[in-house]
Amino acid sequence: MKTVITSSGENNSAQFDKRFGRAAWFCVFDEETKESIFVKNTNTNANNGAGTKAAERIVDMNVQKVISGDFGPKAKDLLDKFNVQMVIVQDNDVTVQEIIEKLKA
Amino acid sequence: MSRPKTLRKVVAPPNFKGYRPYGTNVEPTDSIELLYEEYEAIKLADYDLMNHLEASKLMGISRPTFARIYETARRKIAKAFVETIEIKTVYGDALLEKHWYVCEECQTRFTIPKTIEEHECPLCKSERIELLNT
Repeated sequence: MKTVITSSGENNSAQFDKRFGRAAWFCVFDEETKESIFVKNTNTNANNGAGTKAAERIVDMNVQKVISGDFGPKAKDLLDKFNVQMVIVQDNDVTVQEIIEKLKA
Repeated sequence: MSRPKTLRKVVAPPNFKGYRPYGTNVEPTDSIELLYEEYEAIKLADYDLMNHLEASKLMGISRPTFARIYETARRKIAKAFVETIEIKTVYGDALLEKHWYVCEECQTRFTIPKTIEEHECPLCKSERIELLNT
């Protein structure tokens, strides 16, 4: 099962990004192999539709769970339609590594 | 082209795929499709004992539309009883209310899509989760 964590940087020690559509990076964590791959978000500066594009990308990557700070209404609808679990973490100072540790536990 | 239908809000879809008669000699051949919104109409009017106006507001449709859905629902069930045919529940023009949960241990908010069976917090695996009704 794959999980996407929105990240502000390209490595595990980076800060978790609370934005969804405009997050800098997406960390794709695979629960079977325990490996994480970082994918750059190309829509960080988009004027509109960033959430929708990010959600489409996540559906394409065959991810079942997304961890972020908040989801826009369009992204919510889309993720809901494709049965992707949405998780909202509201801690400000948390790194991607800390979230992965929780998932592994 | 006819006017598109307003999506009917359904709080919770039925917990079953259908009903089948038993103890009958007639081999059930046909089946009838009960829509989610029709199930919801029966539930609101006859189980929660709401009047049609309250129920229609809850489903985001007008009272006459609610009455029509309720009537087709009753007729379908009556038809199934009399003709001893199977009832199958299908999606219809429903809009499912999204369900958000909150974990009492770590305050994480999350959804549980249909494909996930465990009712637990995705982060701390706690089973102390509560439904958020927003």
